[in-house]
Amino acid sequence: MFRYIPATEEDRKEMLDVIGINSVDELFDDIPKNLKQSQPLNIGAPMSEIELKKRIEELGNKNLSNLICFRGAGAYDHYIPAAVDHLISRSEFYTAYTPYQPEISQGTLQCIFEYQTMIADLTGMFASNASMYDGATAAAEAAMVAATVTKRQEIVVSKSVNPETRKVLKTYCKFRDIKVVEIELDEGATCIKDLKDKISDKTAGVMVQSPNFFGIIEDLDEIRENIIDKKTKYIVYTDLVAMGILKTPGESGADIVIGDAQSFGTGLTYGGPYLGFMTITKELIRKMPGRIVGESVDQDGKRCYVLTLQAREQHIRRYKATSNICSNHALNALAATIHMSLLGRVGLEKVAEQCYKKANYTLRKIVETDRYKLKFNRPFFREFVIEGEESPEIINEKLLKDGILGGYPLEKEYPELKNTSLVCITEKRSKLEIDSFVERMGEI
Amino acid sequence: MKEYNKLIFEISKKGRCGYALPELEVDNSPLDLIIPKNLLKTRDVKLPEVSENGVIRHYTRLSNKNFGLDTGFYPLGSCTMKYNPKINEVIARNPKMVNLHPYQPEESVQGALEMMHEAAEHLAEISGMDQVSLQPAAGSHGEMAGLMLIKAYHEKNGDFKRKNIIVPDSAHGTNPSSVQIVGLNVIEIKSTPEGDVDIEVLKEHLNDELAGFMLTNPSTLGIFEKNIEKISTLIHEAGGLLYYDGANMNAIMGKARPGDMGFDVMHFNLHKTFSTPHGGGGPGAGPIGFKSKLADFQPVPVIEKMNNKYRLNYDRPDSIGKVRSFYGNYGVILRAYAYILTMGGSGLETASETAVLNANYMMARLKEHYPVAVDKVCKHEFILTEPAHEKITTLDIAKRLLDFGYHPPTIYFPLIIKGAMMIEPTETESKETMDEFIETMINIRKEMEENPEAVLSAPGNTLIKRVDEGKAARDIVVTHSW
Repeated sequence: MFRYIPATEEDRKEMLDVIGINSVDELFDDIPKNLKQSQPLNIGAPMSEIELKKRIEELGNKNLSNLICFRGAGAYDHYIPAAVDHLISRSEFYTAYTPYQPEISQGTLQCIFEYQTMIADLTGMFASNASMYDGATAAAEAAMVAATVTKRQEIVVSKSVNPETRKVLKTYCKFRDIKVVEIELDEGATCIKDLKDKISDKTAGVMVQSPNFFGIIEDLDEIRENIIDKKTKYIVYTDLVAMGILKTPGESGADIVIGDAQSFGTGLTYGGPYLGFMTITKELIRKMPGRIVGESVDQDGKRCYVLTLQAREQHIRRYKATSNICSNHALNALAATIHMSLLGRVGLEKVAEQCYKKANYTLRKIVETDRYKLKFNRPFFREFVIEGEESPEIINEKLLKDGILGGYPLEKEYPELKNTSLVCITEKRSKLEIDSFVERMGEI
Repeated sequence: MKEYNKLIFEISKKGRCGYALPELEVDNSPLDLIIPKNLLKTRDVKLPEVSENGVIRHYTRLSNKNFGLDTGFYPLGSCTMKYNPKINEVIARNPKMVNLHPYQPEESVQGALEMMHEAAEHLAEISGMDQVSLQPAAGSHGEMAGLMLIKAYHEKNGDFKRKNIIVPDSAHGTNPSSVQIVGLNVIEIKSTPEGDVDIEVLKEHLNDELAGFMLTNPSTLGIFEKNIEKISTLIHEAGGLLYYDGANMNAIMGKARPGDMGFDVMHFNLHKTFSTPHGGGGPGAGPIGFKSKLADFQPVPVIEKMNNKYRLNYDRPDSIGKVRSFYGNYGVILRAYAYILTMGGSGLETASETAVLNANYMMARLKEHYPVAVDKVCKHEFILTEPAHEKITTLDIAKRLLDFGYHPPTIYFPLIIKGAMMIEPTETESKETMDEFIETMINIRKEMEENPEAVLSAPGNTLIKRVDEGKAARDIVVTHSW
C-alpha cells in the first residue's frame, strides 16, 4: 500500500487479465536476465509523513537558518510578500506542464507574457524570453548568442562581473572554443583603458555588470562609447531591484541584458532554484534561447497567448537549435511577476531607495567606528566593500554567534583585496539591526 | 462564470500599490547627492499599479484558465506527469531548511549538505552509478554537463579526435542540441522500425573519432533495448562512452540499473521520475550520475563527507568547472529527497511496476481501436498512430481530447513514427481514470467515422478555440504596450 499508487490487488489482477498474462514480472521479461536487479534497492523502508517530517526537522536543526543577513554577492535577502507564495501554491499553476496546449494553458501563457513585458520594460529592451536557470547560465547563453551572431570566438568580460558568473561563462566558452578575455579593475569598476586595449575586431561581445559585483554602479554609457566595432554585442548583467533608481541598460545601448531575478519572489533557498532572465533587441529576437510567448488570436478572433518562434528551439531544430534549454524556471518567473505586480511602480522605487539609503547609512556608521574604511570611492547601490585590519573570516565567526551573517570575504576571489568584505543591505534590515551589527563590528 | 480576459496592465491605476514598507528610519538624503545624474533613471519605472486584493483576484482568475495535474489526467509520454505529493511542498518551505544563504559557512549548513549528500547517494543506488552531482538545473542541462564529462575524459587521455556522438533518430530533441552546444558532432543514426538501435548501422560509425553514444532506455517508443549489452560492448571496444538519457527512468526503478547495463554517465529528471512539480515549465532538476572513471571531471564544488562533517570541495584540478551558480536546484532536490524517503526502495520498485502495468493495460485496450507503433510489451509508455482517415489527423484527436477534460498525450514525437500519440499513464492514476480515458478515445474513434466535424472543429468547449500560431510568428507581439 503506497499513498500515491491507487492500484488495488483487484485492479492489478483485472489489468493482468486484459493484457493476458499472469504476473507483473512477465512485463519485465524483455530485460536480459543478468541485468535484472537481484537485490532490492538499498534506500530504507517507506516513511510516513510523521517520520519524514521528523527526519527533515532533524536535518533543519543542523543548520543555522534565518540569520540576520548582511551578505549578498549574488543572493539577496529581500522581503517576499505573503501573496506570492499563496498564488504560486495554486496547483493549477504549479502542477501544470509546459504550456504546449494553449487552449488549456492560457493561465501560464498569459503570466509568462506579463512577465516578459515587465522584464523588457524594466531593462529598457524589446523582448524577453520566458526565463532561464539563473543569472550565470543566462550570461553564458548571452555570450553564445553574441558568438553565433557575429561568427567570432572571443568574449571580453569585466573582472567586476560576479566571479561565479564568470566561472560558468568560462565553462560554456571552453567547450565551444570561445576565448574569454578579462578586463582589469580600476577602483572597483571596469577599467576603460584596459577595455580599449582588449577589444578588437575579433570581439563577439563585451560583458559588464552594473551594479557590479562590488555593488558599484558602472558608467554603461561610457563603456558603450568605447565599443567601437559596430558588430560587437554589448551584454549587460543587471539587477532588477536597482532599476527602481537607475537608468536602464537599454537606454545605454545594450544588445543583450541578463541577470538573476531571485530578488523578486524567490527566497535564498541555499542557492536554487533561482531565476535567470534575458532581454534582447529586436534584431536579435530570432537568436534568443529558450521559450517565448506571443500574442495571437483564436479562430473566433479572441485575444490569446501561445508559445511562438519555436523554430529556434531544440524540439524543432535539434542540433541546429540556438540553445538546448527546455525546462526553464517558469514557476520562479510567475513568483517574480506576482511580486512585481504587488510592488508596482511606487513599490519598486521605494524598495530601491531604501536599499540605497540604508546601505549609505550603514557605511557611514561603519566608518565612524574607525576600524574600517570604504575600499572603492565610487557610487554604489546596496552593496559596498569595506577594508579592515582583521581577517573577515574571524569577524564573521564572531558575528555568527549572534545570529548575524556578516559581509562576504573577497580575498578568495580577488587575492589583491586582502581583509575586505562585501556588505549588503536590503530593505529588510531595520535601523536596530544595522546599529547592532555596526556595534559588533566595532568591538571585534 | 463570466470569462476574464484582462492583462494585469489593463487593471493598473495610478496611485495604487499592493506593497508596504516600514518607515525608512535613517537619513533621507536625495539620491543625486552621491550618484551622478547621468546614471539615474530618466523616467518612472514601468510596472502595473494594483492593490494586493486586485493582484490576488487577477492571478486566481488566470489560474482558473489552466489545466494542472491536480485538475485531471495528463498522459504525456516522456514527461512522467505523476502526482506531486503535498508533504513535499510543505517540506520545501521549512524555514530551517530553506532560509539559508548559499554563501553561509559550511558549519552552519550541515543539515542542507547532509540532505544533498544523502539524496545523491540514493540516486547513485537507484541508477547503479558510482557517484552523482546534483548541480544541473534541468534534464537538458544535465545532458550538457554529462557530455562535457565525456569530452573532458577523452581530452585527458589525449584523444582529441574523438568528437562524434551517435544519437538515434528516436531521441529527444535535447540530445542532439546538447551535443552541439558542448562542441561535439552529432551523428544521427536510423532506428529499426521497432525503435531499436540498428546494430549494423551503429557499427559503421565505430572508429577512432567516436566520443560516445546517447541512448534512452526504454526508448521513446517505450521499448527496452534488448541489445543493450551488445551495444555497450561495441561502444566501449571502440573507445567510446555510453550516455543514458534518464527521462524514462520511471520504467525500471528497482528492476534494472543503467550502471549495470554499461552506461558511464547519465542524467536524472527529478521533475519526472521523482515527483517534483513541473511548475508550468520548470524549475526541474537534472542531476548527473557517472562511473568512477569520470568522477575527476565532475563540476565543482563536490559535496564531500569527512569525519561526519560535510564540506564543499572546489579543489578539483580536472573538473570541467562550474555549470551554474551555487550548488544545484536545492528546493527541487529537497522535494525529490522527501519523495525517495516516502517511497523507500520497495515503493520505488512498486511505482515502476505499476507504471508499466498501467501502460500495458491501456495499450491492450486501445490497440483494438487505434494502430500501435510497436505491438509488444511496452514499458512505461506506448505509441498509437493516426488511424487512416481522409481528413482527421493526430492533432485533431488531441484537440478533441481537450473537450472531454484531458490533457492530450505527447503528439508527433518521436519523429520516426508518423502521427505519433505517446501515452504515459504513470503509476499514480487509478484504473477508473484510465478506463474513462480509454472510453473517450474509443468514442473519438467512432466520431471520426460518424461525426468527423466534431473532431475537426475541436476544441469547442475550452476557453479558447484553436490558436492562429502563424499570426503569432508573423506579427511578433511578445510584450504588451501600455
